[in-house]
Amino acid sequence: MIINSRFFNRSELIGFVSLLLLLVVILPLALDVFRLNLVAKYLTYAFVAIGLVLCWGYGGILSLGQGVFFGLGGYCMAMFLKLEASSVANTKIQSTPGIPDFMDWNQLTQLPFFWKPFQSFPFALAAIILVPAIFAFIIGAAMFKRRVGGVYFAIITQAVAAILTILIVGQQGYTGGINGITDLRTLHGWDIRTDHAKLILYFVEVFLLFVAILVAQFIRLTKLGRILVAMREQEDRVRFSGYSVANFKIFAFCAAAVFAAVGGALFTLEVGFMSPSFVGIVPSIEMVIYTAVGGRLSIFGAVYGTILVNFAKTSLSETFPQLWLFGLGALFIAVVLAFPNGLAGIWGDYVQPRIDRLLASRTKKSGNGGLVANGAPAE
Amino acid sequence: MFGDYSIGDLGAIFAMQGFAGLILFSVYVLMALGLAIIFGQMGVINMAHGEFMILGAYVTWMTSNAFQHFLPALFPGYFFVAMIFAFIASGSLGMLVEWAMIRRLYKRPLDTLLATWGLSLILQQAYRSVFGAREVGVELPDWMMGSWQATDAIQIPINGMFVMCLTILITLVVAYVLFLSRWGKQVRAVVQNRVMAGAVGINTEKVDRYTFGLGCGIAGVAGSAFTMIGSTGPTAGQLYIVDTFLVVVFGGAASLVGTIASAFTISQAQSTMEFFMSGSMAKVLTLLAIVAILMMRPQGLFALKVRK
Repeated sequence: MIINSRFFNRSELIGFVSLLLLLVVILPLALDVFRLNLVAKYLTYAFVAIGLVLCWGYGGILSLGQGVFFGLGGYCMAMFLKLEASSVANTKIQSTPGIPDFMDWNQLTQLPFFWKPFQSFPFALAAIILVPAIFAFIIGAAMFKRRVGGVYFAIITQAVAAILTILIVGQQGYTGGINGITDLRTLHGWDIRTDHAKLILYFVEVFLLFVAILVAQFIRLTKLGRILVAMREQEDRVRFSGYSVANFKIFAFCAAAVFAAVGGALFTLEVGFMSPSFVGIVPSIEMVIYTAVGGRLSIFGAVYGTILVNFAKTSLSETFPQLWLFGLGALFIAVVLAFPNGLAGIWGDYVQPRIDRLLASRTKKSGNGGLVANGAPAE
Repeated sequence: MFGDYSIGDLGAIFAMQGFAGLILFSVYVLMALGLAIIFGQMGVINMAHGEFMILGAYVTWMTSNAFQHFLPALFPGYFFVAMIFAFIASGSLGMLVEWAMIRRLYKRPLDTLLATWGLSLILQQAYRSVFGAREVGVELPDWMMGSWQATDAIQIPINGMFVMCLTILITLVVAYVLFLSRWGKQVRAVVQNRVMAGAVGINTEKVDRYTFGLGCGIAGVAGSAFTMIGSTGPTAGQLYIVDTFLVVVFGGAASLVGTIASAFTISQAQSTMEFFMSGSMAKVLTLLAIVAILMMRPQGLFALKVRK
């Protein structure tokens, strides 16, 4: 296989620039702050989708528990924000001032030990990355070293998502229970609820999203990315060639977890709360849907897929709440049955060749979209 | 945590919780049997299994209403008719789904998971549109009400006992069909070596379709039994699907004995712990234990050696 010497090939460059234009210029100009904040919310899921492209599309590891990492990142951020919002002055009507309100309602009289470090912002930021990474490492190491993969891995990650949700809902005093951590106000004294703040957060998020895209593209193009693809196609041959398959899988899984966690932390900032309804099995599978619709092999496809599915979800569930689940279900079945490579696959197979033919200036070979290994993955 | 109870009390608690566990066990076994056939024998991950179960529950509910309106005299026996209807409804839907969707995905097991998830969303919304979002419960005939007083401290509900007997019966029937009948032999032949099975003249496509139908049909019967002990809502199936998958995986995917043993272990562990701590913590601990054991023994409790 020829490794591209350039970072982006031509069609990827077009994808990159058009996404940049869309997110930085067109959407902020076209939408009011409320709608833009919705887009910002969708984009937090795009981080998860990019992670899934690496882990599932390239590595062939389907994780149905990305909500866990999204949630861990989100909760780390929410814990810091909640502690800032529950200063002694803000909470003087409580029986124990200075602790978050839900702890007070649950008769806790002092801050639990694992909440204490979250008073420091640097710690919270580090935790957003490290907690999910370590957690993913433990799960990944335990599973991949024992050569558990494929279907079994998917089911176990699902079980982990179920466990974490039940735990968060059950331990109301420590986690805020089913309502989650709500009423988050300021970040270092900066009010995150104003329109102006939302606009700034949007641009910060878009910047981070492009960092994520570049990192993912970098991983994809290095030798590591090639080994991931090789592993997906013929795991045993990679193992016999002397590579430690388990370590590469663990890396892909951890990377996906970190992407998801960053998305989760941004979600908390954008939306102003975090709750177990973003952790469980249903949201985790929905995140896989975004990736599948966008194209499991395309980083840009995953971002577009996330935006489109969420946009459809919002507008359909606003106007025809009954139809939304039918539509989502049908979309999913259709994508899996007919277009395993999602929108990016349709683009690469049908649209791109026509554009190329119209331009007719180059050879047809470069019109292969962002797909390294075209065709359906092994599993 | 045992300090406050006398020995006699503890015995009664364990007996009662053990029995509550047995009811949970019955539901797990009924759901897991169908899943063990579909997942264990065919390698298809059917995320819509819970919805097939709920279909059975709704069919039972409709049958019970129909009996109340048109044949009140026969009402005490409606359940047996409902069970057959539930089996037929879920089974034929299953065969339809296999024909339309699953057969195209046998080579991509992870994709069956995603496609059947889509199916489960559609079915849930269909139930919500047809039957309404509220949970419905069937009216039990008189002979199923009440409980049997074993000793003065131990009470055992009759509907629970009925569901248990039903579970045993269905398990025996499934075991007979799979291990003794000619058709069961064909199913196992296809599982063990699809190409060879086809070469000796077994119509593997037909076997696949009926196997999937049987698995879904059993889910329908499970739903029917489920109405005896709880009410049914459009999303009730989703609550059980992950548990059931864990039961099947924990037991060893292709082994019926394993499925039953793991359903027993999991349900007993959970219901016994539930008495001493909150239900959610009992569930968390049970699931954690399963995941931990699966990490140490990925092939499950009873692994069957199959040539891949």
